[in-house]
Amino acid sequence: MTAVTSAPAGGATAVRRSKKRKSPSSLSWRDRVEITALSAPAVIMFLTFVILPVIMAAYYGFFKWKGFGVPTNFVGFDNYRTILTDPEFHNVLRHNAIVVVGSLALQGPFALLLALLLNKKMRGQSVIRVLIFIPYVISEVIAGTAWGLILQTDGAMNGLLRKLGLGALANDWISNPKTALTILLFILTWKYAGFAVIIFLAGMQGIPEELTEAAKVDGASYWQIQRKITIPLLGPTMRMWGFLSIIGSLQLFDLVYIIWGQYISSTAGTSTMATYMVVNGRMSGNYGYGNAVAVVLFLISLVIALTYQRFVLRRDTEGALTGSSR
Amino acid sequence: MTAAASSIKPLDPAAPASAGRRRPGRAAKAKPEWASPAVYLVAALVIAALLAPVVYVILGGFRNNSQITADPAGLPDPWVVDNYRVVLTSSGFWQQVGNSTIAAACGTLGTVTLGLMVSFVIARYPFKGGSALYMLFAAGLMFPMTVAITPLYILIKNLGMMNSLAGIIIPGIAFALPQTVIILVPFLRAIPKELEEAASLDGCGRMGFFWRVVVPLSAPGVVTTGILTFVGSWNSYMLPLFILTDHSKYTLPLGVQAFASEHSVNTAQVLAFTSLSMIPALVVFSLFERRIVGGLTGAVKG
Repeated sequence: MTAVTSAPAGGATAVRRSKKRKSPSSLSWRDRVEITALSAPAVIMFLTFVILPVIMAAYYGFFKWKGFGVPTNFVGFDNYRTILTDPEFHNVLRHNAIVVVGSLALQGPFALLLALLLNKKMRGQSVIRVLIFIPYVISEVIAGTAWGLILQTDGAMNGLLRKLGLGALANDWISNPKTALTILLFILTWKYAGFAVIIFLAGMQGIPEELTEAAKVDGASYWQIQRKITIPLLGPTMRMWGFLSIIGSLQLFDLVYIIWGQYISSTAGTSTMATYMVVNGRMSGNYGYGNAVAVVLFLISLVIALTYQRFVLRRDTEGALTGSSR
Repeated sequence: MTAAASSIKPLDPAAPASAGRRRPGRAAKAKPEWASPAVYLVAALVIAALLAPVVYVILGGFRNNSQITADPAGLPDPWVVDNYRVVLTSSGFWQQVGNSTIAAACGTLGTVTLGLMVSFVIARYPFKGGSALYMLFAAGLMFPMTVAITPLYILIKNLGMMNSLAGIIIPGIAFALPQTVIILVPFLRAIPKELEEAASLDGCGRMGFFWRVVVPLSAPGVVTTGILTFVGSWNSYMLPLFILTDHSKYTLPLGVQAFASEHSVNTAQVLAFTSLSMIPALVVFSLFERRIVGGLTGAVKG
């Protein structure tokens, strides 16, 4: 996924390089036919089903619209005014912010420690990897259904606590607004930490062994090597994981919607921008409003992503640039 | 496959060193050593914590409802196979497995085919639009389905594809393309120019080169993107939720949710249904785990 940021740079240089060899005008008609024939299907699909819907969302967002017929009731920025002044939307923003920060703070260190522990050639490594990755592979619906059953009032979690003599700790985990958001963060950690572990392990395999071997010869301890070599060199991987994690946290929908349902999520304090969009848009028949929420969600993601790319990922991209044009 | 991997890797800056070093190491020592027991202990604890909910679901399916009510956190006593038998003999479950298989298989095939074609153009044709095309797809990662879902629903409705598998397969392909293009372009770009020249000397046109050289050589990348697309499609929830309304068209995730709400009193059977629907993605994933990690390694190294 680092390719997302580094490859455009590499791509640009590759094209520039080849331009020197062969000017674009030297394309034969045959080349043109091939380029069109090979790229048209993907480009048309992509423009129709990815780009067009986003443009449609921006358009519908200016209407008060029930979702059928041609939208006629133009309301300008009214939907946006409503969104920005709705206290529920402010709550939703806060929940999303907590999920973003909580995911980074919980999953990152946990996955890093685990990856450091497993980063050696050892027996059983592939089995351990598969097992750690299992929660990530299970679908959101299955994970959500399972956790919903475990955490319900007469579910396994409370049953286990009573068995251990900790019955006083039994809780209404899902609907109690004091604990629900913490529970959500816990479930997200359970589900997505494995992905971070795999990404980190993959990144660690790219660290040249000479470095750690040389450090070992110089008498560095295991933890010194990790702290001074592995973790710094894992920087690009961790920053890229952070990017994916932030974007994912902003878009969070499935798990909340499945465990907390359409309406409980707002009273339990776990609603996100995406569940707010679906509940206040499609579910209440106000498509114009839902689309305006989608636009706000998109703009927030875009601004955060671009800021992150500009300030956090920039040095990685620069590294890739110098690396590929060497 | 090994030939393909080694001919592709040299252009990947970090790869040749590590690949070159690892292979002789492996050949010299048939099996890696055991790590210290502490490592395994920590790993075991973490894995136990991660798998506990999964184990609970599987074991829960072997209990009956009165066992679950009496002791929600207990073990099956006695073991009941009835829940699994009921689910496995129900037509609904198999229909959903069928729908999910068709949707995921067609989606994967479509994504890989279209993705490979457009990646080939981006990687191998020297023309101005190449990098623009690449940027277009890279930007697509910023357009998550969550944002587009309502207009997408309207679009699918207007195209008359509501409540059909085509209605989830086609947008699914479109949304999987960015990831595919981004993983495949470096693979295709790494195929040495000499191979192309040799092919053309042998009288092989660009299209012949595409079929005889590119397709086989890009196999590792294709497999990685294929598996990622398959598992993603198999697990997808939001799109089917909006597009599929008829129970007979449901994919497994929708089926699990519908089953859980319809049989909410019958917890044991819900658990059995849930654990059976986990199996396919788990099997596909564990079979190809190495490939996914390999593909991600390439992507992470950039």
